[in-house]
Amino acid sequence: MSEALAMTDAITDSLLAVRNLNGWYDESHVLHGINFDVRPGEVVTLLGRNGAGKTTTLRAIMGILGKRQGSVRFDGRELIGLEPRHIAQAGIAFCPEERGIFSSLSVDENLMLPPQVKPGGLTREAVLDMFPNLRERLGSQGTKLSGGEQQMLAIGRILRTGAKFLLLDEPTEGLAPVIVQQIGRTLSQLKSQGFTIVLVEQNFRFAASVADRHYVVEQGRVIDTIPNEDLAANMNKLHAYLGV
Amino acid sequence: MFELLGIPPQALFGQLLLGLINGSFYALLSLGLAVIFGLLNIINFSHGAQYMMGAFVAWMLLTYTGINYWWALLIVPLVVGATGVVIERLMISRLYHLDHLYGLLLTFGLALIIQGLFRNQYGVSGLPYSIPAELSGGTNLGFMFLPNYRGWVIVASVVVCFATWFAIEKTRLGAYLRAATENPTLVGAFGINVPRMITLTYGFGVALAALAGVLAAPIYSVNPNMGADLIIVVFAVVVIGGMGSILGAILTGFGLGIVEGLTRVFYPEGSAVVIFVIMAIVLLVKPAGLFGRTQ
Ligand SMILES: Nc1ncnc2c1ncn2[C@@H]1O[C@H](COP(=O)(O)OP(=O)(O)O)[C@@H](O)[C@H]1O
Ligand SMILES: [Mg+2]
Repeated sequence: MSEALAMTDAITDSLLAVRNLNGWYDESHVLHGINFDVRPGEVVTLLGRNGAGKTTTLRAIMGILGKRQGSVRFDGRELIGLEPRHIAQAGIAFCPEERGIFSSLSVDENLMLPPQVKPGGLTREAVLDMFPNLRERLGSQGTKLSGGEQQMLAIGRILRTGAKFLLLDEPTEGLAPVIVQQIGRTLSQLKSQGFTIVLVEQNFRFAASVADRHYVVEQGRVIDTIPNEDLAANMNKLHAYLGV
Repeated sequence: MFELLGIPPQALFGQLLLGLINGSFYALLSLGLAVIFGLLNIINFSHGAQYMMGAFVAWMLLTYTGINYWWALLIVPLVVGATGVVIERLMISRLYHLDHLYGLLLTFGLALIIQGLFRNQYGVSGLPYSIPAELSGGTNLGFMFLPNYRGWVIVASVVVCFATWFAIEKTRLGAYLRAATENPTLVGAFGINVPRMITLTYGFGVALAALAGVLAAPIYSVNPNMGADLIIVVFAVVVIGGMGSILGAILTGFGLGIVEGLTRVFYPEGSAVVIFVIMAIVLLVKPAGLFGRTQ
């Protein structure tokens, strides 16, 4: 733990700095002091077993967790205590683990739902070029799409908002390998366009292919930090952490 | 054929017309309830009182200030809708973190208070509101005589119901509303002001009730109890149609009005209870309602 802290403390130019983040569901204390940093343009992952607190961390950053304490600084501004909509307007976009495609909206309506919060978002056309499958299904009910298409829609719609900081919760979960590859290419493309991404993943082979740095989450704490270039040397440790 | 059944066509068409008129009010009121229930998850028990307020505010505008029916159609929904906005902000919004039952109790209490205030002030004998001159008289359709005002009520109700359906199902604003009905947390996390949407939605549902009240004023006498009598039937309509379905509320409203009218022709003794009998059957066979989705 002190090792993790020492490493995060070394980062001074973060776009997102999470410090001693605590979070609760009702009475149940789930996050016990999460610390990590994300620099502009980086892709950073949160790795960890099921139930470690990765989703809860994203929810706490987004402000949709009932109770949270500590500090989340984004672009120099403290987010703890802000309403979710103000956090979104600050330029953070969230793609939830369950994807959150609306069944009472068509694919097109789902795509156009999130309002623009900053100038410079992708156009509808650019999103459809990125995910051509969606173009043929624009009139369908959102939840009639396949799992992979729903994931593309969930990512695509937040790219329109102009937010350049993305929180993606397990975008490859349960998807076929070709779709996982397509999403991997998309993330690399987004990174090269200057997006900053926090990626929650269980699939660390996928994580290794896109990320700059990995934070290992266990029982509501960040217990280790592994730069992507050190990943191979740390495989044994990582297997132990993830129990795979 | 009618003669064979021993029913003169005038009686049949007359009752069908009456059924359509009642159906117009059922549809407008259950539509407002469905819109409110969809987003706020509360059953607005004040709805009947807000319908009555609509009729009363129209009567006051005419009596105290001389503002006529046509302006009342515009002003009354705005005024009564604004009281809805205040009620939502000051009271209902404090109950969202509690069980839905609390919202129901609050709006039920408000209904009793509002009706009591109007009863104290105006008594229960009813106040007249005359049909606007432009719509007095009637038209001979050949098979029946149609009073113009009643024809207008049906047309106005169909137009308002269709416009509401269109706004909710086919526009961008409606997409926000549908999305927030499904998952308000995620819609808020996209940067949309969900609390304001909830407030305006309640105001809109109340405005629909008030509009129905204005339409009703020249037909029924303006009376503090007019909403309480009607709303019981409207709740049955909503149960039959299924809570939260916009199209379901509209179709069920008109449909049950017609069914009630036909019952009055073929089995008059049953006309007062037919809707409740249908409600009981629907509850047994399809508890979520004809158009309802099971959660
Ligand atoms: N809605 C909830 N209510 C109560 N506890 C929850 C809820 N969601 C998650 N938890 C608990 O919080 C802990 C962290 O969960 P989560 O953040 O979803 O883990 P991860 O995303 O790492 O798999 C788990 O112990 C889980 O059981
Ligand atoms: Mg998770």
